[in-house]
Amino acid sequence: MQSKSTILSLPKEEFVHPGTRACTGCGLAIAYRVGLKALGKDTMLIVPPSCLTVLQGLFPVASTKLPCLNVTFASTAAAATGILAALKTQGNKHTAVAAWAGDGGTSDIGLQALSGAAERGDNFIYFCYDNEGYMNTGVQRSGTTPIGAITANTPFKGKLQQKKDVPAIMAAHNLSYVAACSAAYPLDLYDKVKNCLDMPGTKYFHIHIPCPPGWGYDPRYGIKIGRLAVETGYYDLYEIVNGEFKLTAASEKLLEKRKLVPVREYFRSQSRFKVLTDEQIDEIQRQIDKKWAGYYKRED
Amino acid sequence: MHIIENGNVAAAMGVRLCRARVIAAYPITPQTPLTEKLSEYVDAGEMDAEYIPVESEHSALAVCIAAASAGARVSTATSANGLLYMHEQVQWAAGARLPIVMCVVNRAVGAPWNIWNDQQDSISQRDTGWIQMYCSDHQQIIDTVIKAYWIAEKVSIPIMVCYDGYILSHTYMPFDLPDQARVDAFLPPFKPDYALNPEQPANLNTVTLPDVRLDVHGELAHGYMEIRYLLQEDLRKTLTVAADAEKRFAGIFGRGNDPYIEPYCCDDADYVAVGMGSLTYQMRVSVDALRKEGVKVGVMGIRLYRPFPDEAVARALKGKKGAIVFEKALSYGYEGALMSDLKAALYEHLAGSGHLPLVQNFIAGIGGRDIRTEDLTNMLRAATESRVAKDPVWIGLKL
Repeated sequence: MQSKSTILSLPKEEFVHPGTRACTGCGLAIAYRVGLKALGKDTMLIVPPSCLTVLQGLFPVASTKLPCLNVTFASTAAAATGILAALKTQGNKHTAVAAWAGDGGTSDIGLQALSGAAERGDNFIYFCYDNEGYMNTGVQRSGTTPIGAITANTPFKGKLQQKKDVPAIMAAHNLSYVAACSAAYPLDLYDKVKNCLDMPGTKYFHIHIPCPPGWGYDPRYGIKIGRLAVETGYYDLYEIVNGEFKLTAASEKLLEKRKLVPVREYFRSQSRFKVLTDEQIDEIQRQIDKKWAGYYKRED
Repeated sequence: MHIIENGNVAAAMGVRLCRARVIAAYPITPQTPLTEKLSEYVDAGEMDAEYIPVESEHSALAVCIAAASAGARVSTATSANGLLYMHEQVQWAAGARLPIVMCVVNRAVGAPWNIWNDQQDSISQRDTGWIQMYCSDHQQIIDTVIKAYWIAEKVSIPIMVCYDGYILSHTYMPFDLPDQARVDAFLPPFKPDYALNPEQPANLNTVTLPDVRLDVHGELAHGYMEIRYLLQEDLRKTLTVAADAEKRFAGIFGRGNDPYIEPYCCDDADYVAVGMGSLTYQMRVSVDALRKEGVKVGVMGIRLYRPFPDEAVARALKGKKGAIVFEKALSYGYEGALMSDLKAALYEHLAGSGHLPLVQNFIAGIGGRDIRTEDLTNMLRAATESRVAKDPVWIGLKL
């Protein structure tokens, strides 16, 4: 990271204004507010149907003070391409283009268009805010719902499959910049956006978003739970700059401390994981330890 | 300047003359030579545009929707399943009121796979809120593309310029290539009322409620229903705008037609064959042959299918003994879509006159089945002699 922001150094100008329709304690509201501060005023947004569509408000009232094009579910990244092409024909090299889509809109229905735009190297930032399910339609499983999570269409046994690793898929497109962030670490998100603004081609951000109604916890604990995901080594904050992987912020600190909070604490903080057995949690703990052993080895 | 080229190149030349700035396309037969030609113009620096080789038709129209929302004149083209894959975006483009011009090189849809010509692809998009224009030769293709941009930008409604795959797209015909200065005089640069702009932020196409709602200034804003009603209103007004376009075009280029229909030997005809696209030109041969036998027939091509020029169609058929509708598509489970539209127009405008022409329906050339002129002649003759047994009749069916 080239710079470290503090809460006091963030720009005062707000682009997400009071009166959003986000749920109480919504992690997206934090990430969106801080992400737009980093993008700045000279930005055009693209949003497919998702929680963000609702958050921004119903016609004719909008809480976001940036131009935003709402597009169909599968077309987010292609729409970014279209705006970029139009700006190019107008000789506009300064306006940033940023897409904000949910995890279903990214890992499932929007993956083809995203892969296409990334392969073409279209110069925009794609944010996937990952609340780990189709929360806007009432909590159904998505490609990024983690194993063991109860959702409206995995009601009794929980999801039986692994979470899809979308940042790894995007990294395989040889992007100049891929980042994994969390709504619980907004300054890390801010700095990463700032640092990649001038990098070429498609930049991909994956943001872990605690979701009170979808995950089953008291809204006041959203930040705590988001941090637990990082402190347990379950969800890692990192960036891949021109192919170079590096842990950042709290995850970087874990490299020094070499002590992870047991992942059981994370699972027991949310009702969606109530069917995960102790044996399953032990198995997930072993996978996390193995992943981190790899990180330590790389560091040494 | 007269040149000889194929229909796809005529369309590409039209797009180039109209100075489209953003082109997005995905390859599908028989559209490919058109978009290849556009990529060639851009690559060679003969056209000042961005050519986006997208990864799907859904994204092709997504690029056009977004680029038009940001103020660019856009172009795309497709056929058959490509158009079907776009369907969600087709609806979106009309709802968002974007003046996109898309060439549809008509081809049969799967299943089973078939790459040959019929018109089921564009007919299946009839109710999407787009304007649909059908061409019968290469001159009409290039001229229609130019008129389409003017009309689309006047009414903020997207347009499909439809022409038959292979029969028009891959055959060579002489046509007059309009010169750039005249096209520029006809078609001013695209200036939308609003384009995405950080200085004037707006949230476009967001969730809109069933009822009207106050905005932050206390003024009533449209509900979804008002927005959709206005699309319908403006589509109907397009009938007038299309006539203006024709007049304006004739004034600048010295050639013009009826904007809605293209009648041939219809004035004194007892029976009029009705159709869309190249089939209606082929039927002129049948009309000539039957006229020699003393059968008073004519043929009428529908050039503008949506909005449907119901009054013009009814007026042209007033007093006729019969209208015989030949189609390369149908509304499965009933009859040809044009047949139903034509019946409705006759009922609405002529029911009170005490005489409704007898209407009959023939389905021809589905999936590229060869349409022999002799068969057309025989069918047309039979339809003038007595009512055909089973309506619609599939011409040349071998069951």
